[in-house]
Amino acid sequence: MQTSTPLGGGFDTPATQAAMAFRALMEAMARPGHIETVTGATPPAPLSPAAGAALLTLCDAETPLYLAGPCDTPALRDWLAFHVGAPLVGPADCAFAVGTWADLQPLTDYSIGTASYPDRSATLIVELDDLGADGAVLRGPGIKDTAALSLPEKAAFQANTAQFPLGLDFIFTSGQRLAALPRSTEVL
Amino acid sequence: MTDQPYNFAYLDEQTKRMIRRAILKGLAIPGYQVPFASREMPMPYGWGTGGVQVSAAVLTPSDRFKVIDQGADDTTNAVSIRNFFRRTAGIEVTTKTTDATVIQTRHRVPETALHAGQVLVYQVPIPEPLRFLEPRETETRKMHALEDYGLMHVKLYEDISRHGHIATAYAYPVKVEGRYVMDPSPIPKFDNPKVSDCPAIQLFGAGREQRIYALPPYTRVVSLDFEDHPFEASKADHPCGLCGAEDSYLDEVITDDAGGRMFVCSDTDFCETRQAAGHRGKDAA
Repeated sequence: MQTSTPLGGGFDTPATQAAMAFRALMEAMARPGHIETVTGATPPAPLSPAAGAALLTLCDAETPLYLAGPCDTPALRDWLAFHVGAPLVGPADCAFAVGTWADLQPLTDYSIGTASYPDRSATLIVELDDLGADGAVLRGPGIKDTAALSLPEKAAFQANTAQFPLGLDFIFTSGQRLAALPRSTEVL
Repeated sequence: MTDQPYNFAYLDEQTKRMIRRAILKGLAIPGYQVPFASREMPMPYGWGTGGVQVSAAVLTPSDRFKVIDQGADDTTNAVSIRNFFRRTAGIEVTTKTTDATVIQTRHRVPETALHAGQVLVYQVPIPEPLRFLEPRETETRKMHALEDYGLMHVKLYEDISRHGHIATAYAYPVKVEGRYVMDPSPIPKFDNPKVSDCPAIQLFGAGREQRIYALPPYTRVVSLDFEDHPFEASKADHPCGLCGAEDSYLDEVITDDAGGRMFVCSDTDFCETRQAAGHRGKDAA
């Protein structure tokens, strides 16, 4: 369901729905490749409900946000202004970015943190057509042996992991489903 | 029953978002201490303000919450934190390790193996393992950035040269995934092996020091040691006086003023579960 006014489409009960969405995000980030379902957000097109829930849960006036490519629509800007309040910036200054894999390129534009503060790096919310536990093989913290996730490509994530402890963290969203790939995960 | 004047789980939503962002970055960089804007909580520093803030950011209405203080469910700290979240979040509480979905702990890892889906929240007094070797935050931050951990090995070596063995018995430093040296909080070194390759998510909150760090499940955590002085998880060399367990961490309890003493499991749920199953130690009534 898409909403016509910027006032709709947020969490009905923000405290508890954000708590549940965060647990899904945390499980996803702690177990790379693990796919979670989040509900409660109905942002304007083209943003997926999962990406909307992630923004409602993690972003506010303290987190500069970059809307990449065609998802930077007036309707989405209005919705974000009302529900999230994040300042909209370019890729170099953002804490969070949202868009399709192609629209988010090049990855070199984003902050990967500093040696003293590797946490000061961007988190990219990547909208995918489909999300499945197949494709690239993953190994690293959070994964018992190996896991698999349908990543849009491999080379970019391998280059990202090579920068550890610096690097970008990724949240993949498709419909109401999401998965994550932190910088610590090795893509085989 | 939820006390209505409070937001779910006490903290306001903006604070929770800030803590949640720190938790996600902590999970992405295992063992790295993420600074966060710690709030004042309705309890003194040293009573678990960091753990409480992490728990508040993590809890959902369907969670079952357990709090242990040095392994015990029934000490003042554990009882008051459990009641705090029962009142402000309206969630179920439990003392059973196997039933709990979120466990907040002060200075112990439960004896019962944790399973996937559980979250273990540690209360941390001093998150910086290098702090007593180098008091300046600017320097320790540089040491972590440069992976310069020689000082820690010198400290362990000095232990050996003075005492003949590594005398650090708790808050024993570990290295996470071959990168960051981390303080596992003041758990006895007996618990260190349980921190490694654990199926549960482990989160560490230090309120006064304003740091959050994390270990995703199945993270490799190695206690620092030397080839000729390997790490050894030690405990009092006795069975539990109440349940007879020989593989659990023990507290020494003084029973009179004539030298009488007994050793009992520090993990009360573990001990009670074993007693209910019919195990008896030599001091059991």
